[in-house]
Amino acid sequence: MEPSALQTLWFFLVGFLLVGYSLLDGYDLGVGCLFSLLTEKEEEKKTLLRAIGPFWDGNEVWLLTAGAALFAAFPPVYATVFSGFYLALMLVLFALIFRAVSLEFRGHDPRRTSLWEMGFTLGSWVPAFLFGVALGNVIVGVPLDAAGEFRGSFLTLFRLFPMFIGFLGLSTFLLHGAAYIALKTDGPLRDRAKKAAVKLWWAEALLFVSCLALSFGYLSWARTNILAWACAAVFVAALIVLNLAFGWGNDRLAFLMTSLMFLSLWGLVGAVQYPVLVRARETALSLTAANASSGPLTLKVMLIIAAVGLPLVIAAVVFLHRVFRGKVRDGDPGY
Amino acid sequence: MDPVFLARLQFGFTAGFHFLFPPTTLGLTLVILILESFHLRTGQERYKTLSSFLIKILAVVFVMGVATGITLEFAFGNNWSNYSRMVGDVFGAPLAAEGIFAFFLESIFLAVLVFGRRRVSRGVYWLAALFVFIGSHLSGFWILIANSWMQTPAGFRMEGGRAVLTDFFAAAFNPSTMIRFLHTIAAGWVTGSLLAAAAAAWLILKKKDAPAVAPLLRTALAVFIAASLLQLGLGHAHSVQVARTQPEKMAAFEGLWETQTGAPFTVFGIPDVKAQKIRFQLAVPGMLSWLIHFDAGAEVKGLNAFPPDERPPVVLPFLSYHLMILLGLAFIGLAGWGLLLFLKKRVLDSRLFLKMLLIAVPLPYLANTAGWIAAEVGRQPWAVYKVLRTADAASPVVPAGQILATLILFILVYSLIAAVGVRIMVKLVKKGPGAGEG
Repeated sequence: MEPSALQTLWFFLVGFLLVGYSLLDGYDLGVGCLFSLLTEKEEEKKTLLRAIGPFWDGNEVWLLTAGAALFAAFPPVYATVFSGFYLALMLVLFALIFRAVSLEFRGHDPRRTSLWEMGFTLGSWVPAFLFGVALGNVIVGVPLDAAGEFRGSFLTLFRLFPMFIGFLGLSTFLLHGAAYIALKTDGPLRDRAKKAAVKLWWAEALLFVSCLALSFGYLSWARTNILAWACAAVFVAALIVLNLAFGWGNDRLAFLMTSLMFLSLWGLVGAVQYPVLVRARETALSLTAANASSGPLTLKVMLIIAAVGLPLVIAAVVFLHRVFRGKVRDGDPGY
Repeated sequence: MDPVFLARLQFGFTAGFHFLFPPTTLGLTLVILILESFHLRTGQERYKTLSSFLIKILAVVFVMGVATGITLEFAFGNNWSNYSRMVGDVFGAPLAAEGIFAFFLESIFLAVLVFGRRRVSRGVYWLAALFVFIGSHLSGFWILIANSWMQTPAGFRMEGGRAVLTDFFAAAFNPSTMIRFLHTIAAGWVTGSLLAAAAAAWLILKKKDAPAVAPLLRTALAVFIAASLLQLGLGHAHSVQVARTQPEKMAAFEGLWETQTGAPFTVFGIPDVKAQKIRFQLAVPGMLSWLIHFDAGAEVKGLNAFPPDERPPVVLPFLSYHLMILLGLAFIGLAGWGLLLFLKKRVLDSRLFLKMLLIAVPLPYLANTAGWIAAEVGRQPWAVYKVLRTADAASPVVPAGQILATLILFILVYSLIAAVGVRIMVKLVKKGPGAGEG
């Protein structure tokens, strides 16, 4: 069954929201992961928190909106994934809850600083890894029954392929976060972030090659997908330019390149997946844009909502980043 | 244990806890918008200082609301996957619209309020306050569309066991949407404005620069008075709508088993389900009929007029509904007292009144929770009224043990958040306006 134009559009609109989430919340998740590794000085910690302070909450809305759009446009997919990956998503949920309150509470509750720092750090690591694992699963395939219900266990999720996608995702979040810190800070903190980014570059390259090799083995149907190979080529090009940007000390270019890396990875996923949303072990049972969408009226109404709303959202995001542009200033209010 | 029951407990606990925060946000953003408007018009620093004071409190409330709100965005898929499969076609859209139209607006412009006072002009800052106000109210609007559709579904047809949207506006503006929205917004204004007024009252009682805090007390109190009085009409209209569109729910609210003309309104009583009567009843004869139909002799349907497997439970809806009404009347009393003091220009002088404001802070939360329990337990046994039973809505693949384990974890984590959050808010109030100005 071929997906209709509306179904195809929504397949990519959900993808667009996930890209927005990765590019935006990606950098503050990365900062959260690196937070305790980069510095032990209170002043520098405050600088890192100030660098993401005005942004992280709005950035996280991309995830909520992507989830809700998935619910509205592809209810069976939302139902299968959220109930099937129950414990993994509960882990993500508790991590996000802890992360949010930790950021706000840390500055107000000095007696429990270490608790809130741990909440912020762990709350960043867990989703940064598990998002990739979840994605790896719906790409490589999960056991689904005829009703579309997930018939695996918690451990089913942690097979070789999804684990590697998880590590690749994690490493991309870290790299994106490190590039962001270099862009937004000065002095020793910036230098340390850059050093970390150079190390992470090697991990990223190694993981990408591994994932490519694994994909060649596991995803036999995608071996001749030209679009996928084109996206992989873009990723490699971005990775190379990223390395050059480090050398030139061009932080803006470096951040652009980590963004492009995310974009090309999502392009790769889209090329490999379309029109499948959740691949079943028995291919006939897979949930696709064609067999797992809402009715045409819902998709149409949602399209109008997206057409009116998304340009406003993008304008507001640009506005916010312009208001708080440039390096973090010492006198900026923070946590 | 029964997984459906555990899933209900988990949803009840997490949604109930979350519902402490959004109403506070509704009221606080209104008071902040008014203060910022005074500041924009007069340019006086004192309004700015007071607004900044509230914005710090709002930021803490908002983050707790966001953190606990993610849970609910996940919950329909986590614990209620059959529900999502069957009605996602209609129910998902308002949630997505809430993300696009409300969450972005709120979170992006709240960032400007919290971090941007020195980075934007006064006009832009005021706009940010306006957008945060609009965003939080739009969020309420979209989520109440979703909730109202579960109560009085419209604009769809069933196709192969799944609801399919046939008329978006009929679904969005179903019979209970607008009145539920107005009732809930007014409740939020009562909640948030009382919190702001009490914060001001505390500072005045402690003699922390009373003249500087007075504008906050007056503004918040004015909102509280207006919203409490407004609620009398809105609450009534909402009840009439329930009686017309979900008569068995109204019968449960009132503990009415037998269909009768001249039905009484119970002021106080304890329902005895076995005997099908209200014990210790204090009731006004004919008043329920009059309230619903403007005719004291009109007929009101009792629970026994409905099939046994379609009757809601009575005890919890009855008690919570009546508690809500009593509290609503208490707010009107407090508002009347405040209005009297306003007219005599003695708001700042009555220490007793200021103390009452402090004591009353938890009561709107109690009223909100009670009203919500009445509405949602009164909807049972349906998840979507007359369309989908709650028993058929849960996730078939999630074992009871996992729901129980995560429920326990929610209770632990949320307790920690509540304990620390309340302490931080108390600390912020004690610091008072002008402290650590950002």
